[in-house]
Formats: sequence, structure tokens, C-alpha cells
Amino acid sequence: MLEIKNLHVKLEEEDKQILKGVDLTVDAGKVHAIMGPNGSGKSTLSYVLSGRDGYEVTEGSASLGGEDLLEMEPEERAAAGVFLAFQYPVEIPGVGNMTFLRTAVNAQRKARGEDELSATDFLKEVRAKAKALKIDADMLKRPVNVGFSGGEKKRNEILQMAMLEPKMCILDETDSGLDVDAMKLVAEGVNALRDEGRGFLVITHYQRLLDHIKPDVVHIMAEGRIVKSGGPELALEVENNGYADILAEVN
Amino acid sequence: MAALDQTQVKEGVDQETVDAVREVGGAYKYGWETEIEMEYAPKGVNPDIVRLISDKNDEPEWMTEWRLAAFERWTKMEEPNWAMVNYPEIDFQNQYYYARPKSMEEKPKSLDEVDPKLLATYEKLGIPLKEQMILAGVEGAENAPAEGRKVAVDAVFDSVSVGTTFQKELKEAGVIFCSISEAIKEHPELVKKYLGSVVPVSDNFYATLNSAVFSDGSFVYVPPGVRCPMELSTYFRINAENTGQFERTLIIADKGSYVSYLEGCTAPQRDTAQLHAAVVEIIIEEDAEVKYSTVQNWFPGDENGKGGIYNFVTKRADCRGDRSKVMWTQVETGSAVTWKYPSCILRGDDSQGEFYSIAIANNYQQADTGTKMVHLGKNTKSRIVSKGISAGKAQNTYRGLVAMHPKAKDSRNYTQCDSLLIGDKCGAHTVPYIEVRNNSSRVEHEATTSKVDDDQLFYCRQRGMDEEEAVALVVNGFCKDVLQALPMEFAMEAQQLVAISLEGSVG
Repeated sequence: MLEIKNLHVKLEEEDKQILKGVDLTVDAGKVHAIMGPNGSGKSTLSYVLSGRDGYEVTEGSASLGGEDLLEMEPEERAAAGVFLAFQYPVEIPGVGNMTFLRTAVNAQRKARGEDELSATDFLKEVRAKAKALKIDADMLKRPVNVGFSGGEKKRNEILQMAMLEPKMCILDETDSGLDVDAMKLVAEGVNALRDEGRGFLVITHYQRLLDHIKPDVVHIMAEGRIVKSGGPELALEVENNGYADILAEVN
Repeated sequence: MAALDQTQVKEGVDQETVDAVREVGGAYKYGWETEIEMEYAPKGVNPDIVRLISDKNDEPEWMTEWRLAAFERWTKMEEPNWAMVNYPEIDFQNQYYYARPKSMEEKPKSLDEVDPKLLATYEKLGIPLKEQMILAGVEGAENAPAEGRKVAVDAVFDSVSVGTTFQKELKEAGVIFCSISEAIKEHPELVKKYLGSVVPVSDNFYATLNSAVFSDGSFVYVPPGVRCPMELSTYFRINAENTGQFERTLIIADKGSYVSYLEGCTAPQRDTAQLHAAVVEIIIEEDAEVKYSTVQNWFPGDENGKGGIYNFVTKRADCRGDRSKVMWTQVETGSAVTWKYPSCILRGDDSQGEFYSIAIANNYQQADTGTKMVHLGKNTKSRIVSKGISAGKAQNTYRGLVAMHPKAKDSRNYTQCDSLLIGDKCGAHTVPYIEVRNNSSRVEHEATTSKVDDDQLFYCRQRGMDEEEAVALVVNGFCKDVLQALPMEFAMEAQQLVAISLEGSVG
């Protein structure tokens, strides 16, 4: 479903190459994890796929279901099914969480030529999905992410994901800043969304998130490339021995 | 509110917005009158009246001379007519320029000595002149955080200040908060230095008239490095018939200080129009910050356009010091005619000016309002967000100037003006003036995006909103946030306006 070929990316502002030939295919129904040391390009990959400004693709391609992602605006990618759960969810003062969600859901529906969701249907759906993530009514009314704790912010990301029902979910260090209980809650939310038609790309530093979200494939990324791929056991290897051994082996 | 009920609400206008406008524009809640014995100066304005006002305030000679010079100038000036407002010619000689409750002849030494009728008036307005933690009758006040609950009030009734609360506590922090008449006597060195230094005596017809006949108003001085420990506010009440109110406010924020100030205003419902011509001057030194908020709810005239206040006001902030900052927030729901442009002179390098305005005009109201951002210093920034909402047969005009002077290198302005028409008999107008006299500055308009935070924008777009929708969402949210930050005591209208969205707006 997601197909990345020989992707080279540099920062627009400074002449610095971040991704140096990434190849990756994620099939529908599969969960791929990307692990790697700081500065290896994991977050950059998530930003480039979702269309953030500031990056220049110098070579290679990325497509979703055969559609060229790199040619699309961020909102077109979203409507095509790309969802990024942010490492640092952004605060939007004065905009109610519910308003934000409804605006997003309806914007995507409109872009896909579907009817807008009626207020009642929308409310019913949000309440049910929020409940599963232990998000209370108060949190739905508060401004987007403003004053949310780390755990609340991440659960809110998963709620958005659940409401938008994307095809390709990219989770950028969703476990960062979470305690064990919060992480379990988030992982349950993600697992509930696992589906034959949906692919996941889980970016993480640590193996612990992968205890809860079992990946089909694990990739190790270093210096802008995927240097090693394998099954879930690869994540355990990292957990036990760190990245040094793997990187030495690759080099 | 008959006019709004009858008009066909245009398609695409958010129902919640219509309801909020209807609620705000409903029967005027402050139209009652206080029955109190008054003393008046003779009708009309001339040097004798100017001397009389000065004498009533027991002013030093220099102040009297200052006023007389202003009057002399005023007689040679002409009333401006460029604003998009129409009203019958004002007979400046057929109204009172000074009206004082008889009980105020001897200035009360403390709040306990103030005439109970006056205290009851402010009580009824929801602004009791008591030093209490929270002002009574405020919905949701019990949920407010403990700090910031205190609001010091200077209450101005027709031509005089009735009393100022929390003066002692403020004095302990080094902050001077008193009526301007008191300041002229007690702090002449500060008044002499700053009065007329931002809005010169010759500035414009109404400001010059004000300079000659202003009777009272508020004075604030915040010393270097002091963060004013509470909100300051002035509540202006016009009560007497056929009387103009001319108040003068002077706020000085010395180096590295901070103060948030709020004014509210109401008047009884009367068939004849009344003049209100105020001048507000703010001086902001290095690294200091001032927030100035207005909730203007003068009597707007009845549903047939009879009566109401002519609100001709000059407000200006001078960001003199480097990195100084001013924020104007105004919620304009009252007045028959409004002519008002709270402005920022961005003189210091890296200084910032912001202007947030929501103006709602209903029935026969006319509002010509906006701001001037004059960039003089390097790397200065300004932001203008204006929302005009017209209903009934009202006319609402945004008029704004953004000027980048040659030395204002690398300066930036962002302006967003939206107008919403509810119904088909009202009007909205936008008159922007832009003067850029250097190559490195940027002036941006409407849905351009660079001034809105890039991260917020990307977040919205990643969730599927297009750029325009994302900008509107973020900016509206920002506005709501500004409104919600207004102290609740004065801002019931503002709280209601939070429900307003500009979906269906006309650009």
C-alpha cells in the first residue's frame, strides 16, 4: 500500500541530506516498526510522507495505493488516507477539541466527495470512541491540546486517528513521555484500529511500545537509510544490545 | 431587536452566531437612570467654561493654560467628515460640558463616604465599589483562579470620578492608580511630562475639544520592573441628560513593567443623542507591556435609530522603548455612531502592537473603527484582527492604516479583517491604507499564512483542512482566546460573543 523507493531528502534551509535512499513497502493490514538512534531520520521520514514544509525530495518516490504522495498538498494526503500521530501534538488555543475534530472529519469527507456527517451522528461516534480511550467529555470541550498532559495529548492523537479512519497510520514516537499505563491505553487504541485494510508505521526508540503493539516487521534506520529489517525479534535484539552491535555489523 | 427578527437571515450564517448577535443586541440592559441631584455648568463651551471646569477640579495654573490653548485651537478646527457615518449636525453650544452629582461637591475621602445612590448605581451595573476578591453577580467567577481575581475600579459618573478601589494595596506595589484630576494635583511632574505627548493637543477636532474640556478620567503609573498585582479598570457611566462626557486616560508603563487595563461604559436610554469624546494615551517604555481592553456598550439608540451615544474617541499607544508591547482589544456593541481607531506608534526597535476588534452593529448603528500601526523602529511587528458584524440596517466599516517608515527595517504586519452580514439591509466596508517605505518589511493580508504559526497550520492540514480553512480556524480560535481572557466582570457581552463564528462571512 505504502511504497517508498530510494527516497532522498534534504533540509531546505541548510544543505543537509537527511534521508539517503530509503526503501520501504508497507502492505495493508501490516504493522511495520522503525527503530533507530537519534538523528537517523525517522521523524523526517514521517514529515516528508505527510507533507510538512522545509524538506526537499532530491530523489526517489513515495506513493500510497499507487498515488504519488509527493505531488500532493498535506490535506490531500490526509484525504487520501495518510495520518500522522505527532510526537509533539500542537496546541491550538481557543479551538474546541470537538470543533477541531468535526472540521477535520468533514473536510476529509468533502475532499472525497462524501456527505458531511450530521451533528448527531458525529457526536455519537466521538463519544463512543472517546470512551474507549478514557477521554472524558471535558477533554472534548477543552481547546485542542492546550493544558493537556503528555498522556492526554497522545490519547487525543489516537482519538483523531480513530475518527478519521485513515489507510496509513504513522505514529511518530507516540510512546515518548508516557508512563506504562498511559502507553497501554494508547496501544489498546491502536490495536483496536488494526484492520486488514490499514497499514501502520510505528516509529519508536524503544522496544517497550512494541510489547503492546506487535509489529509484523521491524526496520532499523541509521544515517538516513534502513540498514536492517527483520521480525519482532530484531526489536528485542536492540533492547538487549543497543544499536551499536547492529550498526557495526552493517558497516 | 425587531430589525434582526424581521430580516431574512442569509444562508450559510451560523445559527449560534445569529443567536449570539440577537442576544447581545437585545433590549439594552443598562438604559435605566439614576435619580440624583446634579449641578451643571452653563450650557455651551467657551473660555469661561474651560476655566470653570479647571476651577472645579482645583487645577494648577499650567493646566488651565494648557486647556485654554487647546480651546483656542479648537475654535479654528473643523469637524472631520471622512468617516463612513451620517448624523445630524452637532450643536456644540447646546449641551452641558460639566455635570456633577451635588453630593460630590466635597470629594469623598474614602469609599465609605461616597453617596449611597452612586454606590447603588455601580452595584446595579454589576461593578460594586467594594474591595472584594471578586465582583458580585459574575457567573462562573467562583471558578476563576485565585490570582487575578482582584480588579481595581475607578468609577467615573458623568464628569467626575466617584472613587477608586484598592488604591492602598496598589500603592504598596508602587503603582499609582487614581483619577486624572487627582493626578494633576498629586503627581504634576508625571502629568506634565506625559499628557499630550502621544495625542498632541492639535491632533484632531475631538481630541482638541477633549483637551480643552476633559473633566476627569483615570491615571495609571507603573514603576520600572513592577508587574501590576491586579487588573485595573475604569467604568464610565453617563447619567445626566444632554451632557457630553469628556474623559481623559493616561497610562504610563515604565521600563520592564506590565499592566492590564480594562474599560467599560454604559448610559441610560434617551431620545436625544449624546456626545462622548475621550482621549486615551499610553506610554510604554523599554521591555514594558500594556494590555488595554474595552467593552463598549454605550446606549446604541432605539430600534428606530432614535437617541444613542456619539462615541468619538482618540486612543493611541506609544511604544517608546525597545521591545515594548501593546495589545488593544475591543468589543464594540454599543453607541449610535462610533468613530474610533486605537493606534500603535511602534517607535522602539523590536516593539510590537496588536489590535483585536469585534464590532457588532445593529438596528441603525454606525461604526467606523479600526487602527493605525505606525512602524518607526527596526524589526517591529504588528497584528490586526478585526471582525465586523452587521445586522438590521447597520453600517460597519473597518478603516486601518499600516505604515512602514524608511527606518522600520525588517518589520512585519499581519492583517485579517472579516465582515459578516446578517440580513440584507445592512452594510460592511473595509478601507485599508498601506504605506511601505522600505524594502525589507512585509505587510500581509487576509488569508496569507506566514504569520499564523506554521506548526498549527501543518497540524490542521495534516488532519485534512485546506490552508484557508486552517488559517480561519486558528485565527478565530485565537480571537476567542483573547475574548475569554477579558476579565469577566465587564465582559458578559464578550463571553456571549465567544459563540460567534464568521462562517458565511463576506471577506
